[in-house]
Amino acid sequence: MIDWNQTIKLLSSPDVSDEVKDNIRRELELSQHLQFSGTPSYYFELYDRNDFFMLLQRSVPGGGQIFSMKSLDDLLEKDKQREKDGFPKKIRIGKILKPTKGKKGKVVVVPTTTEPKFLHDDSITQEEEEGSTGGSGEGEEGEVIGEQPVRPEEGEGEGTGAGQGEGGEHDIAQEAYDLGKVLTEKFQLPNLKIKGRKRSFTKYVYDLTDKHMGFGQLLDKKATLRKIIQSNILFGNVKEAESPDPGELIFNPKDQVFRIMSREKDYESQAIVFFIRDYSGSMYGAPTEVITQQHLLIYSWLTYQYKNNVETRFIVHDTSAKEVENFHNYYSYQVAGGTYVYPAFELSNEIIEKEQLARDYNIYIFYGTDGDDWEDDGANLIEAIKKNLRYTNRIGITVAKSSWSGGTTRVEQNIGDSGLLEDKPDLIRLDGFTAEEATEERIIEGIKALVSEKILQWNS
Amino acid sequence: MELISQHTKGIMEECKVRASDAGLQFESDSLEYIVSNRDLIELSPKGMIPTLYDYWVNDVEVMKKKGVYKLYPTNPYETVINTRPAISFYNDNNPDWLNIMIFYHVLAHIDFFQNNIFFKHTWDENFVDKALAGKRLVEHYRREYGRWVDYVIEFSRGINNLVGFYSSLSAKHFQKELNPSKPISFYFDVFLQEIKKVSEHIVYEEIENYNRTLSQHPEVGESIFFAGIKRKYPEFDAIYARYDEEKRRRKDIMQYILDHSAFLNKEENRWMKSVMEIVRETALYFEPQIRTKTINEGWSSYWHDQLFRKDERIVGHESAYAKINAYVTSVNRVGLNPYAIGLRLFWYIEKLANQGKLEYKFHKLQDILSRENYDQELGKGKEAIFKVRENFSDFTLLNTFIDQDFVDRYKLFVVGKRLNEEKEVYEYYVKSKKASDYKQMLMDNMYHPPVIEVNKDITDEDNLYLVHHFEGKQLYKDFIPETLIGIEYLWGGAVQLETTEIVKKRKANQTKNGFDLRKVLYTVKDRQIKRKTL
Repeated sequence: MIDWNQTIKLLSSPDVSDEVKDNIRRELELSQHLQFSGTPSYYFELYDRNDFFMLLQRSVPGGGQIFSMKSLDDLLEKDKQREKDGFPKKIRIGKILKPTKGKKGKVVVVPTTTEPKFLHDDSITQEEEEGSTGGSGEGEEGEVIGEQPVRPEEGEGEGTGAGQGEGGEHDIAQEAYDLGKVLTEKFQLPNLKIKGRKRSFTKYVYDLTDKHMGFGQLLDKKATLRKIIQSNILFGNVKEAESPDPGELIFNPKDQVFRIMSREKDYESQAIVFFIRDYSGSMYGAPTEVITQQHLLIYSWLTYQYKNNVETRFIVHDTSAKEVENFHNYYSYQVAGGTYVYPAFELSNEIIEKEQLARDYNIYIFYGTDGDDWEDDGANLIEAIKKNLRYTNRIGITVAKSSWSGGTTRVEQNIGDSGLLEDKPDLIRLDGFTAEEATEERIIEGIKALVSEKILQWNS
Repeated sequence: MELISQHTKGIMEECKVRASDAGLQFESDSLEYIVSNRDLIELSPKGMIPTLYDYWVNDVEVMKKKGVYKLYPTNPYETVINTRPAISFYNDNNPDWLNIMIFYHVLAHIDFFQNNIFFKHTWDENFVDKALAGKRLVEHYRREYGRWVDYVIEFSRGINNLVGFYSSLSAKHFQKELNPSKPISFYFDVFLQEIKKVSEHIVYEEIENYNRTLSQHPEVGESIFFAGIKRKYPEFDAIYARYDEEKRRRKDIMQYILDHSAFLNKEENRWMKSVMEIVRETALYFEPQIRTKTINEGWSSYWHDQLFRKDERIVGHESAYAKINAYVTSVNRVGLNPYAIGLRLFWYIEKLANQGKLEYKFHKLQDILSRENYDQELGKGKEAIFKVRENFSDFTLLNTFIDQDFVDRYKLFVVGKRLNEEKEVYEYYVKSKKASDYKQMLMDNMYHPPVIEVNKDITDEDNLYLVHHFEGKQLYKDFIPETLIGIEYLWGGAVQLETTEIVKKRKANQTKNGFDLRKVLYTVKDRQIKRKTL
């Protein structure tokens, strides 16, 4: 939430540029009219219930059916045909449903679509206040009868919703891996050259690698011979500068060296991805959609590249940053706050250092924003990013601009001014576009710009 | 899907006997099935109609954006469908006593479907059969025309919420013999009022004159009357001859396109009309259900409670029943429960009628005390609720019977939501206890598709001109272009949509937003969308 005193100070401070003041004002204004699509439903609406739910006490499984009937490939094929026939594409592959319970960071991907109709838009009315509902019981007019936190707590949002379809979404899930494959193959996302293979803690191989004297599964002839020579040197049977006579060598059964089956820690590549996004009020609507969709696609692609060895961490920020548990919370949270970007990058630094992640992981950081930042010169931000750059394989920043922000946003400006993009093009990339006009193609192009080995020029 | 066991069917038949003794009316045949989750997955996108046409979008998760627009359920996951015989769906592991309660609830739904006049258009057919015929036809066309069938389904579904449910209903209910002859209707409705623009009292005088002539000369009254007209307005005949009645008839967009699209009426495209008809008929079939949610659930909750509490089979399960009944029918502290509101309205109406408070005599009373103590002990409660069940929909029920007494009796109020900045919470608070506010809040939450009509004066073969009648909410903008492209395909020419947008306007030195209304015109031609401010 906005610290109002601080905000008012900022507005009257002579050091703050007019542009930032404008942004602050806009944010304040937006915060009064937000509809929070992501916050869990606090109550039932008129049409939320049905006999199945009420009488049979049965939630109806949703989602899942897709895969029993149509594969992603079929649907994409259908979409291509639509384009040829001159109709707009209809399948979106980036829709996120709740991750499976109990499994951290597991993202569930289903192809989704909409059925466009002429419908009333409930989010904009001529009245000041948000929609009202019914209630009953004791209480005088004006009395507060319930509260719902603006920033949802961890764990909330699971199971408090309408209940319809609850549970069913978990049934069958298109793994992110498959989507990553589709992205790599069909959308020609680059294959990653993975730097440095690090020891895995979770994967083992079983091989005849351990040596054992006297008994074992396979005689290592070379090692045995070496051992026999060693012993015979000690016995004085082998002289220096003379080639030994094998017939003369004394053979001790204990000199036999065998290979024996053993468990080995494997060497493999694994990655940890930090997804960071601005969840302040100005992100409402298209910017949030675009960023979360792109981050989901990036996750899927990395999952494929690293053969499922990808861990995820999610950070959201407004004027302060916090880590959230899973993708569902990551994409659904929304607050009416202001915007400081640097705390998010500082938090990722803190996590990386505290958990010593740099030692064992390839680290990726993807950041999504609408470009708004109340920190005028971005000094703290640049410092935090520079620190990040010491461990990361890549930082990818997406600026999904709101239609009204136009031109170069503060985040773009500050990062551009820092010269980091030119100095370390292999480590940090930035891509900016207008959120409202972003098609799926543009979002995927954006990923290419962020992750490719070479710098792509995107003319938008 | 399999039928319920013989044992459970026996319970159902017993329930039917008691329900019809209590006055519920339904056809004696019914089918009950056990459904698995897998069945439900396939059935729910088809509105629980097993024989509905296949459509690929049903296999994909359809996104609904809560808070932006609502996709109102037409009939997903109802336990009983309005077919002949009625079909209902159950769990396979419910105890007998629970099945009895559910059966009573279901039987009341069937009674509602078969007696409420908003369902009249579904009475003469079995929708399962009709849907099956449609499904077979669609499959037949798919073999011939491939994916184009799906395009036609898609674009038709894009406007299937704009089918003229009420106009088709009134056509069904109106007794045609009451219609005056065409020239008479034309003379009074069009000629006098729209062409001559005479003042109202002259119209009434003329009507009086017509009635008098007709009663004096029952056989030839009309021709005598017209002779008078021709003396007064010599041009009448010529104007009447040019009059095109067809043009004036109110039609929903879908019907209009079906009748007038040059593209669809080409010989090679005629099959598309059959596909559109299937989509349209399906939508019309579902229309009354979404418009009777509260009254229908209230009616069924009323009866499952009435019948089950008097049923001796409840013995030993009273507390278990009380628990589930409370779960279904309690009003929420915050939120809306159509089961609860509907049930309480039926209780309320029954009581009013028993006391005679629905009579005209009571409405004439001014004195508060005598109004309060008014009780004629008429015992007309049951009769009244059966009349309501027959003649009311959600809108008319809520609009007629929600008054201050009702709101006070059940301690209902409107809940508002506001941001408390210091505590970082949204507060839900009692916003109003006034009946008028409560009623308005319910109306705002009810299903109401936008009203969009064809402007027949501007429309011609190449250009379909649609007008959205603004009712305080703009259309969901993201969907406009795609929907228009679909309509363009069906129309076979350019399509225009005139609509109103709400523009937020920040005024100088004000913290709150102002709002402006702006008329805009969308034009789609060759699948290119243009938008301009009018």
